[in-house]
Amino acid sequence: MDIIQSFPLFNIVMSLMSGVISSLLPRRKAKALSLALVGVAGIMNSIVLWHVSVHGQYTYMMGHFPAPWGNEIRVGVLEAVLAVFFCAIMFLSLLGGERYLDMDIEETKANLYFTMIDLMLTSLLALIYTNDMFTAYVFVEINTIAAGALIMIRNNGHTLVAATKYMIMSLVGSGLLLLGLSMLYGVTGHLLMVNMHEQIVKYTQTGEYAMPLTVAMALMSVGLAIKSALFPFHTWLPDAYAYATPASAAILSSLVSKGYIFLLFKIFYRVFGFGFVLDHKVTNLLFAFGIAGMIVGSVMAIYQHDVRRLIAFSSIAQIGYIYMGIGLAVSMGTVAAVFHIMSHAASKSMLFIAAKGLSDVSGDSKDFSALQGSGLRNKLSGIAFSVGALSMVGIPLFAGFTSKVYFAEAALMAEGGKLSVAMVALAISTILNAIYFIRALITIYTPKEGDDFDAASYRPPATMAVALLCFILLNLFLGTWSNSIEQAIAAGLGSFE
Amino acid sequence: MKLRENYENTKWGRFVRFVNGGEMAEDNFRLTGEQLLDAGLKPSQKGQEAQHVDLYHKKRERSKQDHSHMMEQYENWSKTKGLKIFGSIYRIISMCICLLVILVLLLTVANMPKFGAADAPANSNEVAGRYIEKGQEETGAVNIVTGMILDYRAFDTLGESHVLFIAACTVLILLRIDHRKDGSLVHAELAVEEDDRKLEPKNDKILQKAAFFLVPVILIFGIYVILNGHISPGGGFSGGAIIGAGLILYLNAFGFQKTERFFTYRTFSVVSLCSLLFYSGAKCYSFFCGANHLESGIPLGNAGDIISSGLILPLNICVGCVVACTMYSFYAIFRKGGI
Repeated sequence: MDIIQSFPLFNIVMSLMSGVISSLLPRRKAKALSLALVGVAGIMNSIVLWHVSVHGQYTYMMGHFPAPWGNEIRVGVLEAVLAVFFCAIMFLSLLGGERYLDMDIEETKANLYFTMIDLMLTSLLALIYTNDMFTAYVFVEINTIAAGALIMIRNNGHTLVAATKYMIMSLVGSGLLLLGLSMLYGVTGHLLMVNMHEQIVKYTQTGEYAMPLTVAMALMSVGLAIKSALFPFHTWLPDAYAYATPASAAILSSLVSKGYIFLLFKIFYRVFGFGFVLDHKVTNLLFAFGIAGMIVGSVMAIYQHDVRRLIAFSSIAQIGYIYMGIGLAVSMGTVAAVFHIMSHAASKSMLFIAAKGLSDVSGDSKDFSALQGSGLRNKLSGIAFSVGALSMVGIPLFAGFTSKVYFAEAALMAEGGKLSVAMVALAISTILNAIYFIRALITIYTPKEGDDFDAASYRPPATMAVALLCFILLNLFLGTWSNSIEQAIAAGLGSFE
Repeated sequence: MKLRENYENTKWGRFVRFVNGGEMAEDNFRLTGEQLLDAGLKPSQKGQEAQHVDLYHKKRERSKQDHSHMMEQYENWSKTKGLKIFGSIYRIISMCICLLVILVLLLTVANMPKFGAADAPANSNEVAGRYIEKGQEETGAVNIVTGMILDYRAFDTLGESHVLFIAACTVLILLRIDHRKDGSLVHAELAVEEDDRKLEPKNDKILQKAAFFLVPVILIFGIYVILNGHISPGGGFSGGAIIGAGLILYLNAFGFQKTERFFTYRTFSVVSLCSLLFYSGAKCYSFFCGANHLESGIPLGNAGDIISSGLILPLNICVGCVVACTMYSFYAIFRKGGI
């Protein structure tokens, strides 16, 4: 067996270990360790991606016992693509928000922040690669706790309230997931996804246990929808994203909720089988809530005065897009949803970092009245914010446009009334996106009267500048070179069945 | 150029304000032209001073009145009556949803395979069969449960023990009261709280005497449960919890001065660090060997002996240490904001 095939295992163990070590290191070393870890993980996963694209997918036995008895991870093209992408986004977010960590976090607790980051990386990688439902649940737990800590470590009142809200909602979600999982185990007698799927196929033919299977699917969908802030369960999101330190906000918005959505994909495709999901009309429900989220999130974003709350509400709308993609109930819809996971992650984390750069030159205020003209004072952040905003609106060349094209393409394949509803919702939501993002752009590029800020001598932190440049390039890359990624996603999803 | 007097309150005016980052809502502090005229020319109660009235002042006064009137009408309505109506509707709806969910879940459970039945899918398939039939032979552990969580499905347990660690770290972030190197508090306002937490309960003679006998027994029992985890029921998680409970009893009886002689933050982090690192390292080695079909070279020994079953015993000890440390540190952090 090739040593490259062990890289996912090494990655997971490495990040667990560095998380534990960080708890004893001084702040600077913990930071360096974290950055190095995320970077190395990204490189190793790229090698894995190369390996699976050449030699095909494989399953990796965790221990001496083969799969239904022992644990197992599964590495395919889609998993590897997402792992590389998540590592890249995490690295850039950390790099971009690195300077502000020192201001936002008590110096004695800063090393614990990196413990959380490392364990967050572990849980994301494990969620991506897992082939076993209970392993997924264990790492969902780690992910939930780490996310709560990332929110509240910036110790002001707002973050404590936000973290409390987050924990309550998220734990309800975990509980529902566990409930559904135990029902599924009781009915199928397995925890490994492949075996569960076999049993479920058998039951659909004989018609046994129809109700427990349906209820289990409903519970798991609702649980993961709560954890990824689908529209009616979104109340924890705005505060959490708006008040956490910028690196946390970027990581939370772009990775944490996306990990859960990917887990939902896995459950739909690998455990139940997409045919079963379609038969039970769960997709229609997700479609309806997704559309509602798209509209409500955008409308609420229009009313915000605070740039970061605006970005947070826009996240709710974007999560709605992803669920709408699943809800279209065609394979292209899921491809579009996975692509939107990536394009949204790339744009949203950039927006959060750039917004911090803008408020940095506006007296640390996030309010639009103070942000007037900030794009002229901090040019790079202004450009990055514009790129992110245009990408979110869906202007060609940027990542958001490509995913909207894919969504439209998927809507054309959808059956019945979904076509017109999805198209109209896409159009309305795009216009609403344009309203609040273009307004934000006008505000940050309107010169402020009597502004005596010395723009020429202002230098943004070097790490932030590098991160923003990489984000811009990544966005343009996703916007223009999307074909190969789309093919990889489609191939990966095809192998899920 | 403003063409209309009440430009600010027109739709376009509000839109321009919105674009420039202002509020969208109607501005209550601005009056229209007619209202201004009205306010200025209305004879005041003192009669003669009508012409000298400060237009601006009047305007503010008037709008303030309007505002407070509006507050009474709308704002307070939502805080008093509105909240009441909303609350009752909310309660009724949430109760209905709750009952519905309970009903659905009960119906589902009624449709599930019977708990513990021999022919239930979870009990009759090849997975459970192999655990029971070959568990002892393959893992070397008489206690099949331990063999399962620490050998067959060790990856899950590896994650689970890190859940404990990350939970302890999160509580530390939330509640630890930190000092700088010069001894001053990082957050000055926490000084009161710190003093408050240092209040120890009075020495309780009965508790101390009881703890004097109980604590050693509890600790030894905990160690026994951990060390015999692979032979008899028990293991790292349960044994660790017992040791943690013993430590907490000791702390309650004798106070922090005694426990700090052997258990500080440093102890907590070093013990958890060593246990978790050993756990991850050992399991990484064993996973790697397993996946590549190599012999791990760890002898399984004689089933039933204390030193047997390969990695299970050391892993049980590691898990026990982590659990005990986590339990004790939770309690200590809640009591005084530090370990």
